[in-house]
Amino acid sequence: MVTLNQLIGVCLVYVAGLFLVAFLAERAALRGKGNWLLRSPLVYTLSLSIYCTAWTFYGAVGYAARSGLEYVTIYLGPSLVMIGWWWVLRRLVRIGRAQRVTSVADLISARYGKSNLLAVMVTAMAVVGVTPYIALQLQSVTLSVSIFATQDAGLGNTPQINENAAFWVAAGLALFTVLFGTRNLNANERHHGVVIAVAVEAVVKLVALLAVGAFVVWGVAGGVAETVARIDASPIGTWQTSGGRWTALIVVSAAAFVCLPRMFQVMVVENDDERHLQIASWAFPLYLMAISLFVVPIAVIGLELMPAGANPDLYVLTVPLSQGQNGLAMLAFLGGFSSATSMVIVATLALSTMMSNHIVMPLWLKLSQTGAQQSGDVRGVVIRARRLSILLIITLGYLYYRASGGSGALAAIGLISFGGVAQFLPALLGGIFWRGSTRTGAIAGLSIGFVIWMFTMLLPSFGPDGALPASVFEQGVFGLGILRPQALFGITGLDPTVHAVWWSLSLNALLFFVVSIFSFPSPLERLQGAQFVNVFDHSSGAARGWVASEGGVEDLMIMSQRILGGAEAQAFFAAQAVGQGRTQGPPLPTPEFVQALERELAASVGAATANAMIGQIIGGQAISVEDLMAVADESAQILEYSGRLEAKSLELTQTAQELSQANEKLTQLSLQKDDFLSQISHELRTPMTSIRSFSEILRDMEGLSEVEKTRYASIIHSETIRLTRLLDDLLDLSVLESGQGSLNAQRISLHDVIDRAVTTAQASSARILDIRRTVGDEEVMLRTDGDRLAQVFINLVTNAIKYCDAEQAVLDIAVRQDDNEVVIDFTDNGSGIPDDAHNLVFEKFARLNSEQGSGAGLGLAICREIITRLEGEISYVPYPKGARFEVRLSCLASVENA
Amino acid sequence: MSKHVVLVEDETNIAEAIRFLLGRDGWRVETLANGGNAAEVIRAARPDLVMLDVMLPGKTGFEILAELRSDESLADLPVLMLTARGQSRDREMAIQAGVSRFMTKPFSNEEMLSAVRELTQGRVS
Repeated sequence: MVTLNQLIGVCLVYVAGLFLVAFLAERAALRGKGNWLLRSPLVYTLSLSIYCTAWTFYGAVGYAARSGLEYVTIYLGPSLVMIGWWWVLRRLVRIGRAQRVTSVADLISARYGKSNLLAVMVTAMAVVGVTPYIALQLQSVTLSVSIFATQDAGLGNTPQINENAAFWVAAGLALFTVLFGTRNLNANERHHGVVIAVAVEAVVKLVALLAVGAFVVWGVAGGVAETVARIDASPIGTWQTSGGRWTALIVVSAAAFVCLPRMFQVMVVENDDERHLQIASWAFPLYLMAISLFVVPIAVIGLELMPAGANPDLYVLTVPLSQGQNGLAMLAFLGGFSSATSMVIVATLALSTMMSNHIVMPLWLKLSQTGAQQSGDVRGVVIRARRLSILLIITLGYLYYRASGGSGALAAIGLISFGGVAQFLPALLGGIFWRGSTRTGAIAGLSIGFVIWMFTMLLPSFGPDGALPASVFEQGVFGLGILRPQALFGITGLDPTVHAVWWSLSLNALLFFVVSIFSFPSPLERLQGAQFVNVFDHSSGAARGWVASEGGVEDLMIMSQRILGGAEAQAFFAAQAVGQGRTQGPPLPTPEFVQALERELAASVGAATANAMIGQIIGGQAISVEDLMAVADESAQILEYSGRLEAKSLELTQTAQELSQANEKLTQLSLQKDDFLSQISHELRTPMTSIRSFSEILRDMEGLSEVEKTRYASIIHSETIRLTRLLDDLLDLSVLESGQGSLNAQRISLHDVIDRAVTTAQASSARILDIRRTVGDEEVMLRTDGDRLAQVFINLVTNAIKYCDAEQAVLDIAVRQDDNEVVIDFTDNGSGIPDDAHNLVFEKFARLNSEQGSGAGLGLAICREIITRLEGEISYVPYPKGARFEVRLSCLASVENA
Repeated sequence: MSKHVVLVEDETNIAEAIRFLLGRDGWRVETLANGGNAAEVIRAARPDLVMLDVMLPGKTGFEILAELRSDESLADLPVLMLTARGQSRDREMAIQAGVSRFMTKPFSNEEMLSAVRELTQGRVS
């Protein structure tokens, strides 16, 4: 007889033993010793056996007793994956290493552009999905404890013991996990101690089950032949198998094998060497075969020996007990305990990593950013977050166990979890094989799959009127027949499990595919997609972790100072050195230190950049094109931003400059305008003064002679003409300056134009001017506006008539051709224009000698405007004797030889 | 002895009108068309009144006025300035330079004559 106290004592000793093993393994790993064992394919294969939980240990026998051979599907799925799909696993392992993935949520989020939303979604789904599974472990340990307790205390108070036991088992498991998993924080989320303990437990559970099996076959049944005969005689042998259910179960268990967070943890995160997978691909199916070998015999003998109503999930324990084999029963209990504890530890470790990395830490960082800037002890925060997550997850499992009544068959509960985590499969496989898959597609597929799973599997598991009212089962949500949880879209007659797996996975995959096709990935998604899908092109399977030389630390320091700033970088390095227990000098370049630094840098420059920089400095690692693209992607955003700022400030400077220039110009224009108005005023008032004065004389004075009257009237007349001419000139100039008025370009003879000008100018003046011309040179044909050109020439001749102060005034008009231009010189023999006025002659109102002039001083300004519009040039050329005006007309556009 | 006025004006028609009007009023009018030597002529002639245009060849009316006022013996010589540049800026400059009266062209004959009379009242008989 085994008492409860003895049982607890044995358990404590067993757990203490496991601790010792784990502790020794961790210490050996830290010292770099014992790699032959710690990093061996054997340990890797055994650690994979956390797939076999209490479900397998106890539940498989119960499953077989209830449903015959169907339990095999749960082993077939993973075996098929290991044997047929080991290359998929290898790809996962390689990606996990290349991307430093810490969990299945991390992998999916990293693939789809480091989407935090996806990480949170997958984490939440995993927690919800795994909760029934943890409840299953609680239930199995509680059941097994209650078997001993019942024997110990009699049948009367079983329910109460059951309840208490479940709570204490949950509390014990939580403590156990916290002690095991978060004793110290390993930056790369790898736990050698845990893995070795799991391997030990794998051996214990295999040995225990084999021992019970051997006892049943040879001790109870009396040999192999006898056993086979009994199997044939039992109801198990005649059980009907359903093809649809088998397929669904194989698919869902295969998917769960890949997607379960704890499987991902041991298979990908804890993997030391890709080659271990090759050995595990045949060794692990062998393990599964061995552990399932005696399931049917134990079930058959259990059905025969145990009274009807005994829980078949506990045959592994109750059959030896009923035969008085207390020692064997104790071994079987330890096997079941091992199965449950190893699963709970690894599963909660994996889940707590996901929760703390993707939910707690981002929240904490966000909250602490608003507060003090002290970096504090992030390790402490992480460990607290992990421990809190572990407690939360196990509490959830406990609550599920209480809510679901603890009455369901173990296998049925396990399948619910399988169905939940299987929803990760489309996004996971799509992510590593199909570059076209997008974040939006993954979110859509995961969401629909998870919702259908909740509705068709999880919620119904609480029973009618549990989580869903019974009416929903009968009539569907809102009375809609197509929304019945076990007959979705009106399809009835399917097995509930097949139904749920089919709808959730197929709609998940379909939506993932369709939405991916119709959505566009971001640049980071494209890049990550390329890295994931082509992971074998640019990564090696070598062991991970940075290994730096001591000299490398100095280089790291220099780089860090550039990125973090001098004081911050020094503080970080000093803190790290203190953390390593060094009182002097820089920290040692341990992998932990380098990774901490990488994280620190990543916060400033982005993960890809930080990784590439550190890799370049200490790894001597070549930076791949993809790395550079990632860096470029990050820096492009920064550059774009600063570029925009720079452009903005340049724009502002330019605008300010333009404004200041415009202001200057306006001021100048305003001055010019004032000046111009003042001059116009003067030019208008002057003739008006004469007109007014003489008209008043004519009006008011009496006794004026006829001669006087006539003289004064003619003065008024001539001043009126002067005024009219002034207004004409002003309007003409205004039209020319504004570019209005069309030119009438025609083929004309230069000779004719000069003739016209000379005749007109001489006709309007009494003074005689000797004009000398060389007619032969004037025989040039032009294409230009003859009237405008004549206006210029008239002006020049008139000026000569007015201002040439020689006694015998002579004007020489000479025409010559210079390259493609025709040049007309007007040279007189007067005293010319004073030197200081050369620059002024073409300005408005630049009348230089008012004594002789009667013009307003606009003539030459008008000439310049006209010649400019005719695409020529007019200039004053100082001449030794007299004034010379030179007119150049472009031959290219307007000159043709006659 | 008749009243003597020196008129510095380069616009011949305006000079003729003023000469006609002041002549009928009993003035002897001496006309200068260039500002260059106007101050010397005036200093030598000692007229009862000076009439000055502003825009002149040689020297401007302001320059001539400044020269006249720098001579103490001519400090209270009445100077009537006539200009076609009707800006207030010119008026201020003229007053600062010590002008006796400032008139903007065109003026009415009556206006001009009464200004001349006012300026010379009590100076000439």
